[in-house]
Amino acid sequence: MSIASKANALWEYANPKKFLTTTERVLPFFWISSAVFIVVGLVWGFFFTPDDYKQGSTVKIIYLHVPSALMAINCWIMMLATSLVWLVRRHHVSALAARAAAPVGIVMTLIALATGAIWGQPMWGTWWAWDPRLTSFLILFLFYLGYVALWEAIEDPDTAADLTSVLCLVGSVFAFLSRYAVNFWNQGLHQGASVMRVGAVTGTDTEEKVSNIFFFPLLVCIIGFVLLFIALVFYRTGTEIRARRIKALIARERVNG
Amino acid sequence: MMPDLGKYADTVLSAYAASLFLLVALVVLSILRGRKVRAEMEKVEKRMSRNG
Repeated sequence: MSIASKANALWEYANPKKFLTTTERVLPFFWISSAVFIVVGLVWGFFFTPDDYKQGSTVKIIYLHVPSALMAINCWIMMLATSLVWLVRRHHVSALAARAAAPVGIVMTLIALATGAIWGQPMWGTWWAWDPRLTSFLILFLFYLGYVALWEAIEDPDTAADLTSVLCLVGSVFAFLSRYAVNFWNQGLHQGASVMRVGAVTGTDTEEKVSNIFFFPLLVCIIGFVLLFIALVFYRTGTEIRARRIKALIARERVNG
Repeated sequence: MMPDLGKYADTVLSAYAASLFLLVALVVLSILRGRKVRAEMEKVEKRMSRNG
């Protein structure tokens, strides 16, 4: 099978029935594996890693803070991709997938902000600072809230999908800034990337990096969060597809009298 | 076998409690809404097939 035909095969999942059949089949794998990875990663990190020489036991917050922050940004990127698919190809499943992912992104952003504030208090001496990364993350959180509110506020689903897709395009600037703000504005309290940087993991660059003793349980947690995100988005998209079908059936029932 | 968290025990435990609460709430609320919608769809489909 050529790459082009493989890519074309992806569009089959724009069919709600095909999407539901496939996701129902793979969902148990994603639920179970995400639970296993998250539990193993957190237990490993919490119980079996030492304190950091600078940050003491607060380093254990990394196992929740980093995966949730990563997923908060990646969730918006996924929403951007599905919104573009909606705008270009008008596949309803992609618009519903973006809608289904938004509350997951809200929770991930909230966890990142809350754990960041709790961690920042003893390390920086403050819960909050108007630092580039923190501020862009807060704005991303507000964009998530606005996105969900816009879906709820508009009656016609296609208009709602159009407008939320445009909002998603605009908000992508802040998803991008949340990741790279530290690099653009070399100021603020938040450190630069010390995990998702190839050189930081392999040791080829000399900047500060996360020690492998913390990195491996962190990697397990990140995999767990990614799997949980996939499980939640599949399940919640299935819910949105069914909710849309209920509306269509009731409308048809009314027309038929 | 609780590890000794020292003077940061409150900080670490409150971060874990808040995060796990939010994660569990997200999963539980997603599943509850999913079940409700699935049950409603079955009901509507049955009614539709009964009424032709």
